[in-house]
Amino acid sequence: MKAESSNTSRLIHRTIIWALCALILGVLWMYISRAPSTLNMSVGPPPSPKEGFSAPDFTLELLDGGQITLSGLRGQPVVLNLWTTWCGPCREEMPAIEKVYRDYKDLGLVVIGLNLTSQDSEESVAAFVQELGLSFPIALDRDGSVSNRYQLLGLPTTFFIDREGVIRSMVVGGPMSEALIQSKVKNLLSENP
Amino acid sequence: MFPYLQIGPFLLQLSGLALLAGLWFGIILIEKESLKLNLDSTRVIKSFFYGLIFGIVAARISFVFQYSKVYLVDPLSALSLNINTLSPNFGLLAGLSFFFLYAFRKQLPIRTTLDSLAPGLAIFMVALGIAHILSGNAYGGPTRLPWAIYLWSDYRHPSQIYETVAALGILLVTLRKPLGNPGAGLNFLLVVALSAAARIFLEAFRGDSLIWNGGVRAAQLIGLVILAATIVLFKKWGEASE
Repeated sequence: MKAESSNTSRLIHRTIIWALCALILGVLWMYISRAPSTLNMSVGPPPSPKEGFSAPDFTLELLDGGQITLSGLRGQPVVLNLWTTWCGPCREEMPAIEKVYRDYKDLGLVVIGLNLTSQDSEESVAAFVQELGLSFPIALDRDGSVSNRYQLLGLPTTFFIDREGVIRSMVVGGPMSEALIQSKVKNLLSENP
Repeated sequence: MFPYLQIGPFLLQLSGLALLAGLWFGIILIEKESLKLNLDSTRVIKSFFYGLIFGIVAARISFVFQYSKVYLVDPLSALSLNINTLSPNFGLLAGLSFFFLYAFRKQLPIRTTLDSLAPGLAIFMVALGIAHILSGNAYGGPTRLPWAIYLWSDYRHPSQIYETVAALGILLVTLRKPLGNPGAGLNFLLVVALSAAARIFLEAFRGDSLIWNGGVRAAQLIGLVILAATIVLFKKWGEASE
């Protein structure tokens, strides 16, 4: 019993010594591996459909005519919602998106409803927009290239993009509640222009 | 990376499923370990579960208070199943507090109970690494090393794989119990110390670190504080167990 206790005691002391060594090495490692302070701040993160990265740019035609270019909206927060008419949760969350758009568009919020037209039909899209009374721009991804660039894995998917064009958060799946959309939009709007 | 699986109208988050599997295996290990330590396993599992549920509820309530104006207009949306509307830090703190309070009230010996959680925690860390592999989160910094993976527009350290391998190593050490089974909280401390050390080392390869003043990576500094705390506790609890 005494031998067992002495053995445990020795193991504990050995563990403490190892942990102290790890602590000292850890401090050194933290110093060596600190992030460089000379980052070129004029170059933003590379484009990728992921939080913390620049939103991949696109130019698409709008349902009402004309075109929209994402990079042309720099300086304004953007909500980019990828949807189709046959997707149930997309339909369910549209009224909430429309309400948030109406509430915050005067503060500079831009909402783009990016329809996957390659998997939909323009007639259905027009009827859907009219039925739900959507007033934000509807962009048509006719060849699916934009949804591919955004590596779309499920519908609906919504990207919340800040004034610098960086994706701050994304929500895959739905329907999103109005509270969720508002909380994300408020975060975007609270940042300095 | 394969984060989602759409089956009809249902969108399954595979990383979430990995975490659930980790939780399930973790509970099995906790139950087995608590029996070995002569603890009332039902009470241990209950404290764990109640802590978990309380933590989730607290995380949601905290989020609702943060955006109270929005929720006043639509109070029912506070019941939404969306995991995006949680305050994780507050939830973790509340869950842990509730766990300790419940365990204390049920007269569970705290250090022995913590030891019973050790293998469960270790396996959950493995599941967390797998969840990161599936989701592409916790991604690595850019590198041109031969084993770099192409992810998020660049060749990067496979930091999720580093993390999973480290967690598997910690799990193996935990299951071998190099400090024996005194039930003095030492096995739990060992898991925490090893996890902190692994994080301090591996954080340097991450591409999504939170950077504080002077280029210090927040996770490394927090890891060092945790490691230092475990050394103090090792000494204190070790002396008590001798």
